[in-house]
Amino acid sequence: MTRYSPCQPNITGSGTVAANPVLTDKAVIQTFDLTKYYGNFLAVDHLNFSVQKGETFGFLGPNGSGKTTTIRMLVGLSKPTEGRASILGYDILTSMAEAKRSIGVVPDVSNLYDELSARNNLLFMARLYGVARDLREAKADELLKIFGLYERRDDPFGTFSRGMKRALTIAAALIHSPKILFLDEPTTGLDVVAAQSLRNLISNLHSQGQTIFLTTHYLEEADRLCDRIAILVKGKIIKIDTPLELKNSAKGKAAIEITFTGNIRTRLDELSIKIPGTKIYALDDDKVRICGGDPAKIFEGAFQFAKDAGIGLEFVNSIRPSLEDAFMRITGLSPKIMAIEKTGR
Amino acid sequence: MWQDDLRAVYCIALKDMRTYYLKPPAISWGVIFPVVWILAFYLRNPGNFEDLIPGLIAMTILFSTTAAEAVVINFELKLGSIERLLLAPISIASVLIGKVLGGFIFGLIMTAILTIASSIYLGLHPNALLLTAIAVPSLLVFSSLGAFFSVAVKEVFEAQTLLNLPRFFMIFLCGVVYPISAMPKWLQDLAYILPLTYTVDGLRRSFYLSSTSSMFTDLLVLIVFFIILIVPATRLLEKKFE
Ligand SMILES: Nc1ncnc2c1ncn2[C@@H]1O[C@H](COP(=O)(O)OP(=O)(O)OP(=O)(O)O)[C@@H](O)[C@H]1O
Ligand SMILES: [Mg+2]
Repeated sequence: MTRYSPCQPNITGSGTVAANPVLTDKAVIQTFDLTKYYGNFLAVDHLNFSVQKGETFGFLGPNGSGKTTTIRMLVGLSKPTEGRASILGYDILTSMAEAKRSIGVVPDVSNLYDELSARNNLLFMARLYGVARDLREAKADELLKIFGLYERRDDPFGTFSRGMKRALTIAAALIHSPKILFLDEPTTGLDVVAAQSLRNLISNLHSQGQTIFLTTHYLEEADRLCDRIAILVKGKIIKIDTPLELKNSAKGKAAIEITFTGNIRTRLDELSIKIPGTKIYALDDDKVRICGGDPAKIFEGAFQFAKDAGIGLEFVNSIRPSLEDAFMRITGLSPKIMAIEKTGR
Repeated sequence: MWQDDLRAVYCIALKDMRTYYLKPPAISWGVIFPVVWILAFYLRNPGNFEDLIPGLIAMTILFSTTAAEAVVINFELKLGSIERLLLAPISIASVLIGKVLGGFIFGLIMTAILTIASSIYLGLHPNALLLTAIAVPSLLVFSSLGAFFSVAVKEVFEAQTLLNLPRFFMIFLCGVVYPISAMPKWLQDLAYILPLTYTVDGLRRSFYLSSTSSMFTDLLVLIVFFIILIVPATRLLEKKFE
């Protein structure tokens, strides 16, 4: 194996991402062709990215795109098949034990101990990380208050609602005041209210200077929380940019949503013949989003299509570019695949 | 750092004591089972019940520790809590040793209660020092045996079921009930490669104080068994996180 210094990566034959790791002395996570195979299956494909101090960096990708696999490698629960990464300057292959002292991890499942009370769970983690005895209790109580669980501190974790479990799992990851917080799908499986309140907490951590690496399959979550987003599809980073830039890249292209009065899912080909030079995404049986092209031509073509098909137009909306449009344009995937709900624990 | 690892071993063992050892699987397999056997033997042959005491202590050691390990390791592998432990700056080996130590303490308490109670009730006077010198390494051996089976399988019930194989083999072959010397030669040979043989032998000697010098061999063999069980168990657990 060739030696390297964290500041001078030798990026060889990656070519998957335009953005090479931004190398500043503020980079706290850097990966170099980080790769994971499960047998012959390529789960994570030569990732190159870096995360800066104080930044919230998001991995946005559909189910099975390799988000969890990447986090597991970065936190030492799984070994990369190829490539390297450094966390706070420590090589994950050789110095993970040192790195672990300064990272906090929220796994994709809330796996604290059901039988222990909220407070005892935090105290156990504090002891495990060697937090000084006189700090432990104060820190645990502080976190319980921040996460709104102080009143329930003596109740067993097992009796908590899903949102409370998630919140306590985040609190547990912060008990040793880590420099980097890893969050694997923090809000998956939560109801809207619980998810919003958790996002507020994460956003507060960010404003206090906490470096955060999070994964999500919610576009709005990535948009709201992240300074930069890496879009991950099938183990590959397709694009890394700020939410604003991603949205801007979709600007200038008309995005028009049309709802028809009948099912047109099987007739998308006919529609696309009528409006050439555009990309059409089925949003529903009777609803499409059309990107690109000239709006006037799109209206005309769509109208013609509806007439030929013997159906009507119900709604026509012109859409302001959102992260969804950017996502569609960049990945060629419908954002619907991101909405496939999983049940979280 | 070794301080981290030492602290982790202690935290994990302590937490397991608090959270698991009052759970039904640990109690039923670890305590009720040996107690039922004891009752069965007592009812069948109340006359020379004393003779059976060392064997019954050995059985308690065997069942309490193996049952405990199957619970603490399999539950946590399944729920992902073992992963949580591995997020801390500690080695996989110390996580496993913490688990083994928890089972050891649980077994130690069970064994102590049984030994003291039966000795007082039957008026026996074992040599406490020699008894401890055999019981302690034995508890470590069987706790590691439980750990080994638990990391090798996926489900709690699989570990308990698979563990029954060596457990029952040992009950019948290692002198718990029938003296080894009364068995055919090939079964005797088999008995000598099973750890419980040395536990039973050592415990008997600490009760009857007969040729206690050979207890040193028992102790040594038990330590060897401990090592040859804990090392591959650690390897198997490490393999799960590659
Ligand atoms: N232990 C494993 N053995 C074999 N394949 C695995 C293993 N873990 C993950 N995979 C596969 O690797 C791919 C990436 O999985 P990963 O869990 O990283 O995806 P993800 O982006 O976290 O998805 P999700 O949104 O469902 O959590 C998937 O196709 C998955 O089936
Ligand atoms: Mg995942």
